[in-house]
Amino acid sequence: MADPLKRAEITDNVAADLTAAAPEAAVAELPPEVVAQSLGEYVRGYVARIRAGESGVLPVVMAMVAIVVVFEVISPNNVYLSPGNLVNLFQQSAVIMVLAMAEAFALVLGEIDLSIGFVGACGAAITVQLIQPATTNWPWPLAVLAGLLFCVVFGAIQGTLITRLHLPSFIVTLAGYLVANGLFLKILLFGPFSGYPNLTGQSDNLHFIYNLMWGTIDPIVSWIGAAVVVAALGGFIWFSDSRRRKSGLVAPPASLSLIKIGLIAVVAIVVVGICNLNRGVLIVQEGVPWVIPIVIAVLAAWTVLLGRTKYGRYLYAIGGNPEAARRAGINLSVVRTAAFMLCSFTAGIALLLYASYLNGMSNNVQAGYYVLYAVAAAVIGGTSLMGGRGKPLHGVLGGLVIGAIYNGMYLLALSFEWQYIVTGLVLLAAIIIDAVSRRGSASGSVTRI
Amino acid sequence: MLKIRGLDKHFGPVQALYHVDLDIPPRQVTALCGDNGAGKTVLTKCIAGIYSIDHGEIFWEGRPVHIHNARDSARLGIETVYQDLALADNLDIVQNMFLGRERLRSGLLDEDSMERSAAETLSSLRVTTVKSIRQPVASLSGGQRQSVAVAKAVMWNSKLVLMDEPTAALGVVQTRMVLDLIGRLRDKGLAVMVISHNLNDVFEVADNIAVLYLGRMAVQDKATNFDRQSVVEYMTTGGLGRSSGRPAKEG
Ligand SMILES: Nc1ncnc2c1ncn2[C@@H]1O[C@H](COP(=O)(O)OP(=O)(O)O)[C@@H](O)[C@H]1O
Ligand SMILES: [Mg+2]
Repeated sequence: MADPLKRAEITDNVAADLTAAAPEAAVAELPPEVVAQSLGEYVRGYVARIRAGESGVLPVVMAMVAIVVVFEVISPNNVYLSPGNLVNLFQQSAVIMVLAMAEAFALVLGEIDLSIGFVGACGAAITVQLIQPATTNWPWPLAVLAGLLFCVVFGAIQGTLITRLHLPSFIVTLAGYLVANGLFLKILLFGPFSGYPNLTGQSDNLHFIYNLMWGTIDPIVSWIGAAVVVAALGGFIWFSDSRRRKSGLVAPPASLSLIKIGLIAVVAIVVVGICNLNRGVLIVQEGVPWVIPIVIAVLAAWTVLLGRTKYGRYLYAIGGNPEAARRAGINLSVVRTAAFMLCSFTAGIALLLYASYLNGMSNNVQAGYYVLYAVAAAVIGGTSLMGGRGKPLHGVLGGLVIGAIYNGMYLLALSFEWQYIVTGLVLLAAIIIDAVSRRGSASGSVTRI
Repeated sequence: MLKIRGLDKHFGPVQALYHVDLDIPPRQVTALCGDNGAGKTVLTKCIAGIYSIDHGEIFWEGRPVHIHNARDSARLGIETVYQDLALADNLDIVQNMFLGRERLRSGLLDEDSMERSAAETLSSLRVTTVKSIRQPVASLSGGQRQSVAVAKAVMWNSKLVLMDEPTAALGVVQTRMVLDLIGRLRDKGLAVMVISHNLNDVFEVADNIAVLYLGRMAVQDKATNFDRQSVVEYMTTGGLGRSSGRPAKEG
């Protein structure tokens, strides 16, 4: 009979060999802001992480620069970087950004939601239909609520099927995509609008929805608003970081807090500055479009939800290790179903912005491949398809990259065939980036939330 | 502290535990030994409330109790460190230690207070090798992960900590670290039940030894009444071959 003592020791040794390599591999993986005591250490940590494949936002920024340079050179008359086109680029990106923030709820769980393009489109079409003066003439707040409610209910049904019946989200939401696509076309046909309910006409409700994208803020007001936002955010970062430093908690060095605040200020000045240049051809046209504060509001709300609430923490825990979450007493099906509802809800906002951009809803809406743009945007921004890692900010950064590509193709008047091919390649590139960065790090995804 | 009498547990046709009796005294380390498949993990999960028991009684501090889920056992002061640890790799040490029991301040997570408490617990256990308690668990070594799982278990005024094979996946240095940690839990006044089939570890930390054999409790006694040979024999034969007979402890 085998000696169990010996057997136990042998397994111990094998296990020891297996784990021995882990600590070294792990060093490079530490987020520099967690261990750095000074700016120098931070930079070294950051470089080490990039070498290890954990590169944060750097590739996004580099991709952005490359895209901008290429399109500026090849766009007709170099219009790519003109104020008018840049504002247009922000507007087009906004839809993708919000849709990518929606998709983040599914991706953090390690799931995917392919339906949100057309689910959101249904919601937006409902809103646009309900405010038509010729038919129902609802006030816009009610109509928006009705549209978003549709999205939430659709998300709840899909989420329930996925979590209670343990069906794969890929298939359920693919089915949902087809159903929503059909419903969308049905909704368009209501009323005397020949399938194109739009936002032109004399009605405050129509104007309001149209203004989501095309309304602008007075330049003076926008500068004051930007200053207030930067001051509030900067103050928050500075005071919470320095309080943590004082009480000996893990906190970035003061210089890093300052750099962060400086970066936010620069972004604010550049964006507001560009928007406040005159972009009109014959008449003066300037000001920050409403959509920018709308995107910032969604970003702020979902960043707080995911980063600072129990719900957000549970979402990441489930994405990282569902069994650990279950044993911690977390109700998995409730959290996961709610994630699909939040996902569809946010998509409702995104497609409402799209309706505003298009001045109405028609069967030209390419909601199907906007979903793919959204997934690509989230992944390019740093969200993992394998779950457990992702932030709303990733959707915004990646959305800008995708928007930049989309806008460039639009300027070059690329044919549909080429747009499809480019979309596919971009999605593929995003997934490759995700896979490579995961292989670089020792084990799975690492994030500091 | 914890007394189990006549515990039965089956999964379909498989009888995993038969009439198991077990006593876990306070302020001592009880080692639960047994070959693979003896039912050690099942017994742990019954105590932790993951599995419901078919028959039998559990007494906690002298009173009969019914443990239906993990929250029940946590309420009594029983915390479990599972074999697979159940840590979320993507979360940091503090986030893992507070998972499911986060502290809030005006509706939002109170990270500062959680980080302070986690740091206190870790340093009271002298877990000092981690670089930062804000590093993700994915970046920790096996021993460090085990330490985090243990620290997570002792943070909640727990009175009894169950540990399922805490050293099975560890190398020599890391095993040392975990054994020291178990000693420190006892010094803090906690009762510990540790599952292991590494007899070096068992004899090093255990005050009492219980041996499961094919779902039955073969023997339970003071560690000083055993030697290596006798434990191995109980593990492999259930003690049938022994003539002198240290009878399986009753009552
Ligand atoms: N969830 C389960 N379903 C069915 N059988 C189980 C289950 N868990 C454990 N068993 C069986 O119970 C017996 C004891 O298992 P276990 O307690 O895991 O052994 P060990 O002592 O190695 O921890 C084994 O025969 C195992 O197959
Ligand atoms: Mg086991």
